Amino acid sequence: MNKYMERVTNGLFKENPTFVIMLGMCPTLAVTTSAFNGLGMGLTTTAVLILCNVLIAALRNFIPDKVRIPGFIVVIASFVTLTQLLLKAFLPALDAALGLYIPLIVVNCIIMGRAEAYACKNPVMMSLFDGVGMGLGFTWALTVIGAVRELIGAGQIFGFQVLPEAVYEPVTIFILAPGAFLVLAFLVAIQNKINLNNEKKAKAARKAAAAKAE
Amino acid sequence: MGNLLIIAIGSALVSNVVLSQFLGICPFLGVSKKVETAAGMGVAVIFVITLASTITILLYDFIMVPLNIEYLQTIVFILVIAALVQFVEMFLKKSMPSLYNALGVYLPLITTNCAVLGVALTNVQKSYNIIESIVNGFATAVGFTISIVILAGIREKMEYNDFPAAFKGSPIVLITASLMAIAFFGFSGII
Repeated sequence: MNKYMERVTNGLFKENPTFVIMLGMCPTLAVTTSAFNGLGMGLTTTAVLILCNVLIAALRNFIPDKVRIPGFIVVIASFVTLTQLLLKAFLPALDAALGLYIPLIVVNCIIMGRAEAYACKNPVMMSLFDGVGMGLGFTWALTVIGAVRELIGAGQIFGFQVLPEAVYEPVTIFILAPGAFLVLAFLVAIQNKINLNNEKKAKAARKAAAAKAE
Repeated sequence: MGNLLIIAIGSALVSNVVLSQFLGICPFLGVSKKVETAAGMGVAVIFVITLASTITILLYDFIMVPLNIEYLQTIVFILVIAALVQFVEMFLKKSMPSLYNALGVYLPLITTNCAVLGVALTNVQKSYNIIESIVNGFATAVGFTISIVILAGIREKMEYNDFPAAFKGSPIVLITASLMAIAFFGFSGII
């Protein structure tokens, strides 16, 4: 069980597809106009990612190495089409909100990346949990970005008025295109800052240890 | 004619692929360090997107609609685009080596450029006819080239600037892109 959980936390934090490896930037920026859209896109991608990982892992010994990329593309495109039709039938509101970006999950580098880097070399169960971890990592990142943009741009989170309208004047630009770039820039910068601080601390600790040894 | 002009200006400037639709962000951030490489990428994208939107709309109108298999569009389009890029690469290598050497590195990267698939799907979604689709494809790619070349120009100048260490790398590029997106809002009045 432990190695499965390790896969999940790996995707959630250590190798978070959005904040750490910076994959799948197009949907990250485009659909995060609200927390709800971010969550919907994240979960849709998670579903596709899990299905693709499982099928590709199951077929890993049958797909010839030379044509593996076209093979992966067919698998991914089929699952995306399936998901798109299901959304259209059962969640038309989400389908309308995400629009063009649902078929574009096909070219989301996260899915292709996991197929190539993980699923085609590992057993089915491990790949399944890898898909869960990576997918949920993507989902929380998108939801956070969406929530920040919605909060600043409309004063709401998940459609609930958080900042009272009488006091807070919404900065609409944050739910428009430029806001997407801006929010992502600051989130990455904050992360860089944390990493830099950690490095500094580690360096100081090493120096102190060296001084002690002398 | 006026209709085509509106489509062209609309997709090149007003709803710019990168800055307002967020398609093709990866090459936009990845290959925009130098103006030269950015322009090379832009030319390759113009070439591939125009060709891809021509072929996909022909396929859609003359094969998929008569056969009632429109729901397969995502699968068909992505395979056609991947095959097309491979084919263009082989063709250029054989018959136009100078162009191939200029574009070489960027061609395979374009398969994963979501702008190509995005344009093909938009053409179908907005039910453009064949000429409109080709114009839309070309104009979208020109819009991509404009924005990536501008960004590369700004990044070249920015290399010697002093800004906080945490903003080095992608954050400062994203902030630049954000300011460019605001500037592109200015075009929204022309249509």
